[in-house]
Amino acid sequence: MKRALTLWLPLGAFALFLLFPFYWMVLTSIKPNEELVSVTANPFWVVRPTLDHIKYLLFSTSYPRWFWNTMGVASAATALSVSVSFLAAFALARLRFRGAEGVSLGIYLAYLIPPAILFIPLAEVMLKLGWFDHLWALVPVYSTFLVPFCTWLLVGYLKSIPQELEEAAMVDGASRLRILFQIILPLSAPGLISAFIFSFTLSWNEYLYALVFMSAPGNKTVPVGLATELVRGDIYQWGPLMAGALLGSLPVAVLYFFFVEHYVAGMSGALKG
Amino acid sequence: MARLPPLLDRTPVLATLLILPAAVLVGGLLAFPLTLGVLLGFKDATIGEPGSFIGLDNYRYLITDPVLRITALNTALYTLVTLVFKLALGLALALVLNQRFTGYRFWRSVLLLPYVVPTVLSAFAWWWIFDPQFSFISWALVKLGLLDHNLDFLGNPWLARGSLMVANIWRGIPFFTVGYLAGLQAIPNELHEAARIDGARDWQIFWQITWVLLLPLTTILTIFSAIFTFTDFQLVWTITRGGPANATHLFVTLAYQRAIAGGAMGEGAAIAGFTLPFLAVLAWAALDALRRQP
Repeated sequence: MKRALTLWLPLGAFALFLLFPFYWMVLTSIKPNEELVSVTANPFWVVRPTLDHIKYLLFSTSYPRWFWNTMGVASAATALSVSVSFLAAFALARLRFRGAEGVSLGIYLAYLIPPAILFIPLAEVMLKLGWFDHLWALVPVYSTFLVPFCTWLLVGYLKSIPQELEEAAMVDGASRLRILFQIILPLSAPGLISAFIFSFTLSWNEYLYALVFMSAPGNKTVPVGLATELVRGDIYQWGPLMAGALLGSLPVAVLYFFFVEHYVAGMSGALKG
Repeated sequence: MARLPPLLDRTPVLATLLILPAAVLVGGLLAFPLTLGVLLGFKDATIGEPGSFIGLDNYRYLITDPVLRITALNTALYTLVTLVFKLALGLALALVLNQRFTGYRFWRSVLLLPYVVPTVLSAFAWWWIFDPQFSFISWALVKLGLLDHNLDFLGNPWLARGSLMVANIWRGIPFFTVGYLAGLQAIPNELHEAARIDGARDWQIFWQITWVLLLPLTTILTIFSAIFTFTDFQLVWTITRGGPANATHLFVTLAYQRAIAGGAMGEGAAIAGFTLPFLAVLAWAALDALRRQP
């Protein structure tokens, strides 16, 4: 009885609030337009489910293109950022050199600077570089928030790996680089997985930079494409829009469910000094 | 004769080479634009026009602009109100999940979803939930006889602000929950047991042991969440675009509207510049909190 009050009742209330929008997304994406705009029908249910919205999205819009754009940019930005961050993190966690403190502080401050205050001057830089409306340009741009995050995360992880193995290898005359790639790299796998998942999710979810820097419909990512090409301001937009939101959320949701533990470890690891 | 270490084994050389790629990316596309942005706030630049320095004119104009004033108020309110709810509800959910029960892993994974899915995409769902004609909330309230007309959630300034806050709280709860779950698991069980043996009640244990031990973590979570809430763009721009009649703008959405949509780059940069002192204070506080962390 007590358990019902302290566990199941609050859990049910949280589940209702936190999961309802997803139910709404699924429901709307399979609800025919007549039912969507009906004032008499029960809004919480669907009588004649339809795949029309999903078909429309896949065959009459550029959605597949946006999907692959997002996939490509997110994968490339993740690969670039995690590699670059791993090298920097090794230097910061293991090498004693002058200025290490300063670099760490710089990385940390960079991690706290939200893209939201950078997009205006960055737009000028992109114009000067001639990177405007080039999809690949998002890869280096995304690294500006991924690299500080991943470096921060990986420094924390590397510091938790005991140094004995490296010291033994050093005594045997192994070079620093060999130690990095043959000993540290395999030992860092869990930390690297967290960094990969986080980077991919953050890139997949990015909105502001893609919105400002991409303008040709063929260069858009899923969130930008849906927001700029599918929002028509009429009452029939909801089916395809919700279908797009649902399909666009699936890749990160699937990735997340496979690696929940790494995701959670990454989220709490990012808060550590 | 002693062998000289190869160049790459010299620590300063190796360290520089390893850090260089990260430094180029972050320096060129983050530190440089940040500096440029501060300077831009003192110029009358427009898109494609570099403009010239006009001193504090942008700032002087903006502090008399009623839209900026309401924006500052909105940003403060949005950050403070949602923080209180995200912290309280996030901690409550962490306490609920921290009880061992069957299905723990499943519930934890599922309830973190709002934080994982792309914000803009879940914002579409909220936008639809707050639809003036077809909102199920209005439908249910009318059916229950509590209301005789639909609520114009995004057409009325206060309802719009409240709606945005609900969506932000929804998305932010899991961030606090994950942080607090890690914190709760680090508290040794013996402390609670000892207190219970001494006859302490549940709420006493919570306030005097759990809450106190979680305080350093609370500081860090609050600072991080404050930074990202107060520079939010996605939710507001997707759901209201700052409307109705500029009533729900935050600094960043207003900066976007003026700089990118309106072309006034200098003015937009100045609007973003208003956030910098607050960000600096928060960054300093975060640094301080992390250094104190045991």
